[in-house]
Amino acid sequence: MNTTFTIPHVTSNVIAMFCAAILLIGCDAILPSAPNDADVLDGPVDALSSAQHAQFLRGDVAFNDDVFTAATGLGPIFVATSCGSCHAGDGKGHPFTTLTRFGQGDENGNAYLDRGGPQLQNRALPGYTPEQIPGGAPFTKLTPPANTGLGFMELVSDADIIAMSDENDADGDGVSGVPNWRPLVSYLSAHQNSIPTNEQYIHRFGKKAAAYNLLHQTVNAYNQDIGITSIFEPKDVYSGVNIEPEVSASVIHDVVFYLQTLKVPVERNPNDEAVKNGKRLFIQIGCDNCHKQTLKTAYSPVAALRNKEFHPYTDLLLHDMGKGLDDGYTEGSAKTYEWRTPALWGLGLSQNSQGGEYFLLHDGRAKSITSAIVMHGGEAAMSTQKFQALTEAEKRDILKFLEQL
Amino acid sequence: MSKCKILTIVCLCNAIVFMQWPNATAAGAADFTQANSTRSDSTRSDSTQANSMQTDSAQIFKRIPVDTAPDKLNMDAVYNRPFLTAGVLPVAIGGYVEANTNYRQTNGISEGTSFQARRFTLFVSSTIASRIKLLTELEFEDGTREINLEFAAVDFEFHPLLNLRGGILMNPIGAFNQNHDGPKWDFIDRPLSATTLLPATLSNVGFGLHGKHYQHNWVLGYEAYLTNGFDDKIISNTLNRTSLPEGKMNPARFEENASGLPMYTAKFAVRHRQIGELGLSVMSGVYNKWKSDGIVLDKKRSVTALALDFNTTMLSGDLYITGEVAKIFIDVPDTYSQTFGSEQLGGFVDIIGTVFKGSIFDWENARLNLGVRLEYVDYNQGTFNETNGNIADDLWSIMPTFAFRPTATTVLRLNYRYQHQRDLLGNPPAKTGAIQFGISTYF
Ligand code: HEC
Ligand code: HEC
Repeated sequence: MNTTFTIPHVTSNVIAMFCAAILLIGCDAILPSAPNDADVLDGPVDALSSAQHAQFLRGDVAFNDDVFTAATGLGPIFVATSCGSCHAGDGKGHPFTTLTRFGQGDENGNAYLDRGGPQLQNRALPGYTPEQIPGGAPFTKLTPPANTGLGFMELVSDADIIAMSDENDADGDGVSGVPNWRPLVSYLSAHQNSIPTNEQYIHRFGKKAAAYNLLHQTVNAYNQDIGITSIFEPKDVYSGVNIEPEVSASVIHDVVFYLQTLKVPVERNPNDEAVKNGKRLFIQIGCDNCHKQTLKTAYSPVAALRNKEFHPYTDLLLHDMGKGLDDGYTEGSAKTYEWRTPALWGLGLSQNSQGGEYFLLHDGRAKSITSAIVMHGGEAAMSTQKFQALTEAEKRDILKFLEQL
Repeated sequence: MSKCKILTIVCLCNAIVFMQWPNATAAGAADFTQANSTRSDSTRSDSTQANSMQTDSAQIFKRIPVDTAPDKLNMDAVYNRPFLTAGVLPVAIGGYVEANTNYRQTNGISEGTSFQARRFTLFVSSTIASRIKLLTELEFEDGTREINLEFAAVDFEFHPLLNLRGGILMNPIGAFNQNHDGPKWDFIDRPLSATTLLPATLSNVGFGLHGKHYQHNWVLGYEAYLTNGFDDKIISNTLNRTSLPEGKMNPARFEENASGLPMYTAKFAVRHRQIGELGLSVMSGVYNKWKSDGIVLDKKRSVTALALDFNTTMLSGDLYITGEVAKIFIDVPDTYSQTFGSEQLGGFVDIIGTVFKGSIFDWENARLNLGVRLEYVDYNQGTFNETNGNIADDLWSIMPTFAFRPTATTVLRLNYRYQHQRDLLGNPPAKTGAIQFGISTYF
């Protein structure tokens, strides 16, 4: 072949360098690697079977990628278009994804069900008018919680929850704690280890612990948040009449399985001395009277969830949190001033899903961990006072402990 | 209309075209296809070479090369392509093909390596009669997953300043939409602002005028068309963001206009032979089905896109810079979700330098180019009602390229992309790295 292939030296060096740079496949800077597993909330628990992994992935897609449109049943009034748009990366939400519930001012049920209650669908398809809170109706705003490790919390037995409850504060620590007792909605069947009283069952999910299990929460979320009907909840939020299912039962089961098998957040720096000291102080000043470190699961057909100890820092009970946190609205048997202890695991990763800021407590009003603690009242007043009385260094250690959860 | 009638009309049309044949000349076809590359300096087509490559078949086919005169505008790009014509036939054909490898990894997750047949495009041009020309562009994307008639328009030339165009035409918004042929670019991926903000390739059925005026070193050009427009998928789609590309998905738009109101697109471009080209364009229309069966369902909601494009060549043709910025305004109902933004902004700039030109193997005018593309897109400009904080939903990307052009109309490209993309709330970005190798050539 007659070639006149003469590339000047400098040029060939440039090209060689360029190619070498590009061929560094696998190098982090070139092909970004996964963040540390402990630094992200999404992902399945270990030891799922292939079939379980496949179902997890189907649920993952339905939860994060299935965006509803007018054509697939969105609304016509709604709060958001997909689960994932409120639960980004399975983490906590933001004021933009915060929803409003209204119409129930005591334990005797919602008086505004015929006027759009309990949930405000504050957005609407073009041509429709979103709901407004009827004048005088009590309401509250709720910021999305993280979704991690919920499968474990679902499996805590009623007996264990009752054992943590101390309705009359028999131990005199100022902390009582009660479950939210409600009748089961018709499409739910009771868990084997449920301990009903007068046909009232312990509910545990949601900020007022008003949802029985993850199926209950998921069906409600499709219906109330996205305006999507199912065989479980066929009532259209706009027209108030029953219509065809807009999401299939199998998709709902996949999403529930996905939520059940999301991994648990792990402590990221447990051996640090300051963290260890913070944890000791956290227990000493009574935070763990409500934010219980360790719970255990009962039987589950999923081996990865069965009879496991886990560390969510919650007791799944309702507590009187004082006047400051009383919005005048409630659900089930909870009082307006009662809130379910939120799990603290994953707390330090909140900013990664809240747009770089903290929006803590039920409505996101606390912009830092410290202000969330300081806003505790009621049953938590005593431990808050003890927190305030700590030295700055001790407070810092508690924060270090919480931030690595 | 019955099938029979349609057939008769088709036959008649054919007959008319056939009757025109003897009158039309190959030169006419050549005229018509006077190709220019807006990237004339950079793609640097080399007609001698293109011709010599065709010598074997030149007995039957003649290659009409790309016109490299520096007075062509982006808006000429559809015609400014290499074509093949046979004897005295007034029909010229051409096309290009693109294929590449793709390896992409986002936050440590990759779907592995894929081989992609992104595009196979055929052009047919024909001089129907003196001053009447037709050009069609048929594109097969990803094999035959998508088949689009991107261009099928007839031009009537009354005066250089006054041409009537009708049919399926490419809306002259920005520069890339009309000047998108793979072999002209040193990058495998199309610019994000041109494909995910402005929806290249955007073609619609319509009519309008275009023309040009030459004076000394200056060329001025304009285009103004009325076409069908977008539909409400712009704000009702599974991407969960405002998207013009989603609003053009419905193939029925070549037959029915969603809003019933014409969308207008207008472009004004100016080029100085030594300095470069600057284009200003606007596209605006109503996108929603505001009325059905005579009943008003909603107010008329508009979408408007503004674009600024430019390109210039320096260092006697060894440095080429081109870019485009687009701003989009969409009337989104206040009571809908802020997930769907009412303003978008994005753009890209390509900087390409030739590091070697000369003879490589048998290619006498080969070039080795190094370059980079910088891109930014904000799919949702604005602030949250709830917090007044910035709505993110944005990305930036930097993409170096190494391109080998054995001839001006053929390119082998090696690209690397590094990209950060943030969600609506501005959470830590999805980081993507991608490596691609591909070929693209006119034929
Ligand atoms: C509009 C935003 C929004 C959307 C959309 C949304 N959620 Fe939620 N989610 C919330 C809020 C707010 C809460 C707290 C609600 C409560 O206290 O009852 C919540 C609570 C939950 C919980 C209970 C977590 C716990 O710790 O108790 C689960 C599970 C859940 N959502 C799943 C889903 C699923 C599944 C979907 C999609 C079908 C979905 N969410 C859609 C905002 C949303
Ligand atoms: C009486 C039970 C109780 C005690 C004691 C208690 N908490 Fe809480 N904590 C709660 C409840 C209930 C909430 C949720 C209140 C709300 O959403 O308005 C909460 C919320 C929080 C939050 C915000 C979590 C989130 O996701 O928004 C943090 C942080 C927190 N507690 C830390 C502490 C610390 C530190 C202590 C000890 C000083 C403590 N808590 C003591 C019950 C308690």
